[in-house]
Formats: sequence, C-alpha cells, structure tokens
Amino acid sequence: MSVLVIAEHDNAQLKAVTLNACAAAKAINDDVHLLVIGTNCGPVVEAASKIAGIQKVLLAEASYYEHQLAEELAPLIASLADQYTHVLAAATSNGKNVLPRAAALHDCQLISEIIKIVDEQTFCRPIYAGNVIATVKSLDSVKFLSIRPTAFDALAADGGSAVVESIGALDALSLSVFDSQTLAKSDRPDLSAADIVVSGGRGLQSSENFELLYTLADKLQAAVGASRAAVDAGFVANDLQVGQTGKVVAPELYIAIGISGAIQHLAGMKESKVIVAINKDEDAPIFQVSDYGLVADLFDVLPELSEKLS
Amino acid sequence: MKILVPVKRVVDYNVKVRPSSDGSNVDLTNVKMSINPFCEIAVEEAVRIKEAGNADEIIVLSIGPSKAQEQLRSSMALGADRAVLIETEEALEPLAVAKCIKAIVDKEQVDLIILGKQSIDGDNNQTGQMLAALCGYAQATFASELAVGEGSVRVTREIDGGLETLELKLPAVVTTDLRLNEPRYAALPNIMKAKKKPLEIIALAELGVDTAARTQLLSVAAPEERKAGVKVASVDELLDKLKNEAKVIS
Repeated sequence: MSVLVIAEHDNAQLKAVTLNACAAAKAINDDVHLLVIGTNCGPVVEAASKIAGIQKVLLAEASYYEHQLAEELAPLIASLADQYTHVLAAATSNGKNVLPRAAALHDCQLISEIIKIVDEQTFCRPIYAGNVIATVKSLDSVKFLSIRPTAFDALAADGGSAVVESIGALDALSLSVFDSQTLAKSDRPDLSAADIVVSGGRGLQSSENFELLYTLADKLQAAVGASRAAVDAGFVANDLQVGQTGKVVAPELYIAIGISGAIQHLAGMKESKVIVAINKDEDAPIFQVSDYGLVADLFDVLPELSEKLS
Repeated sequence: MKILVPVKRVVDYNVKVRPSSDGSNVDLTNVKMSINPFCEIAVEEAVRIKEAGNADEIIVLSIGPSKAQEQLRSSMALGADRAVLIETEEALEPLAVAKCIKAIVDKEQVDLIILGKQSIDGDNNQTGQMLAALCGYAQATFASELAVGEGSVRVTREIDGGLETLELKLPAVVTTDLRLNEPRYAALPNIMKAKKKPLEIIALAELGVDTAARTQLLSVAAPEERKAGVKVASVDELLDKLKNEAKVIS
C-alpha cells in the first residue's frame, strides 16, 4: 500500500513545504501519492507531477475547495485514507487546521509535527516547547502524521513524471464561508525556507527601528523574523513570529537581535545550524544556545554590521 | 447563547521540563501547574462575549485529575458560571479528549465551543479540530478576532503569511491564538465567589466514551545539547567567525 501526502498550495503555486512532506513520505514507503484539492489549480498539478519520485497525483476540484476550508477538505481526505497506510501533511497553519479534522473523521489519532521516522509506525516529535523529544508508536490502522518541514530535506522539484488522476469532489457542506484574506507582501525570502534569518525582539523598541534590521536582512538576503514581544508590541506582523506558537525555522544562520531567548522562542529556532546573538544583557538566556554571542548595544552594532557587509 | 470552554491543567509555561531519569516520561514531580495559556485566552473571550450581552451562560470543562478543580475554580473566578470536571488520572490523547468534550456538548446543547489552539505540554494542536469533526460543526482555528452575529460567528484567523476571515454557522468550534485578547486577572472577591459556583464531577468511566490509547509512548529524551558557543568582542570578530569559521556568509 502507498502513502498519501496532502499538497499545500494556493491554487496558483505549490508550496515548497510539500516537497519536505513528500520526502518524509518517501522515507516510509517508496510509493507516494500526492493529493491536490482545489479549484482551477492547473499550475499546482503540473508542479506536483514533476516532483522527483512521486507515483501519482490525485486531483479533486470544486469551487468550494478554493480556500482550503477544513470542513470541505477533511471528509475527502478521510474518505481516501483506507487506501493508504499513512496520510501526511506539512505542519503549516493549513496542515494543522485540516489534518486533525480528517484524522478524527477516520477515528485515528494524529501524531503532530514529527521530526524523525524511526520505522513505519514509530516517530519522534518534540513536546514541552521542544525541551523533550518523545518517541511514539502509533497503534492506528492508518497513521495520520503532520511533519515538521525543517526536519526533512525536500525532494527535488523536477525530474518526476507522475500520472494525474482526477477524483470526484464530495458534496459541499457549507458550514463556513470564506470572507477575506490579507496577506503580508514581502520581497524578502520566505521565513520558513530562508537560509539566513535575522530576528528582532523587544530590544528594537519600535517598528521604525525594525528598519535597521531590514537593512541588515537585505544585505544578507535574509528573511526577517521576530519574537512574540516584538509582535505583541506591534513592531511587526504576527506571521513573522518565530517560536513554539509561531513558525519553526532551521536556517543555516539565525541572528537574534534584542531577543532574550525565552523557552517559547528557542522552541522555534534552536535547530538552526549557526546561531548568533546580539544583546546588551550578557546574562540573557539566548547566549546559552548561541554559537557566537556579542554583548553590545544593537543600535551600535546593526548599522556597523550593515555597513561592513556592503 | 451557551458557551463551553474546555481548559487544561498543564505545567506552568515558565518551567523547563526534563525527562525522568529512566526516560519513560517527563518528570513532573513538584513542578508548578497552571491553566494552559491558550485556554485562559479562551475563557477571557467567552467572558467578553457574555459581558457584551451575547451569551447567557459559560460552562468550563476540564478532563484530568482531581486537582484540575483548581484551574476550573480560576476560570470561574474570571467569569465562567459553572464547571464540569471529567475526572481521570490517565493522560488522554486529543482524540479521546475530543470525544469526552463531545459528550458534554451533546448533553448541554451549547452553541459555541472555544478552546485554546494548543496545550503547551503536548503541543498537539488537534483537540478543537477533532471536536469540530466529531460534532459535524464548523471550525475556525488560530482566532485573533471573534464577533458574534445572528446564528453565526465571524472569525479572523492567523495563517501563514497573514490573516483570513471566515463566517461560521453556529454551533461552531473556535480555537484561540495569542492575540485574541489579553486575559484579565481574577479579583479577590471574584475568587471568593468562584468557590460557591457549581462544580460537577463526573468519573470518566460514567461517560461511556471510548478513550483507549491509540499511541504508545516508548520513551522520552532530552534534545541534543548545543555545543557551548563563544562570545566575540566586536563586529569585526563576529564577521570574521561567520565567514571563515562557520562559513555561513561569504
């Protein structure tokens, strides 16, 4: 039997995290099917069929699948689950929204945000804000798993030639209606996928001062992140939050500026390859996880760093 | 409208938890326990809806040990009207918890269920979604704004990349994100009053719900420790290390 992966997309573009989810699926079984649920999502299907090593792309289209509403997607996923040993999705806000609903409809206990596959029924996942790694064995007939994208190397986006099979849509339930969306526009790399992330915290003091951080980020072609304190204070939008309840990142280089390093923030970045901390408080907990620490006033350091990088 | 708010007793968010010495589970002896921060936000939101005249009654529910009564009393001190404890000493999985909550939803005929988006111990982020599935209700996870309408709720959700607004038919399930509100502190007179509010205790077995474990915890371990780092004295030294030692910038 094969493994089913739920594709993450916005009808126009297949999201890169799907490649990480497919890689996790391949680690379980070589026969991987990708499920695309959406509307007018031709480019997504094309990209999906080219992923290296995917056997089949299942496509379900209906106008009411446009906004990935959990109420509509979950019954379709649950109805297919019996044909598979495992059902996977990336643990993004979308995956976290839809997959538990599908698992419950199938009377299965989902295992969230796995970071390692031990064998086909045993998985490792972080609990308690990443302070403990649990090894869990699933006793369910179908294993529902959400995977932490940073823990699995992406499959190649091309080289494959999967067959595309259209499957019927289920009837609309219309329990909820999509109203509107406001997406932050940014030319910087995507936070979850960037090689370098520059993050600011309360120490930045204002949203204007975040400009200093943006200048540095642009010099490094880095994505910008933030601590909860910076988001709550209104310095930046919530989708930049890194941590237990925000995004989990694992870039090559993470630069934490004016961030003390609370447990909840560390949960989102401590798997980064190299961590740099810049903080004027030499006792800040962030220095316990940083590879390179600089005790200094960020308002002196940021301009100097940006200048010396040009 | 009747609102149900399930709350969980968890390790306080400031406590750094460690695996027990035999690696069988985490060591929770003598650690401070609190109401899960996201559940506190859920209680606050329910109280605000009632204060705005849009709800008649708020029921708080917990599934856990006898000591979870403390968290139910705190929730009532914040403004919930009554509490139900489904008592069990075992730690239940989200699916089992969702089934228990559904039993109370069916019994109490509530219109809106507000839960936290995740508990900070298990970090599962599943119970609300599973409950919505089992009840056949609409769901809005990661809510940062909630407005009650006639037979519906309008919810703004935090999603990757921004915000999204949905309109849900009632009854519905909403899970809270951090920015939905700032929970109030309980005033002393309210803490005293909360002691007199009704708290019903139901044994898990009485509920007749299938809570059999679907997963088995094999072991727990501390994550790999990072090697101790170095402090650098200047920006020049930092850049030199990043270029020549770590080789992460060119």
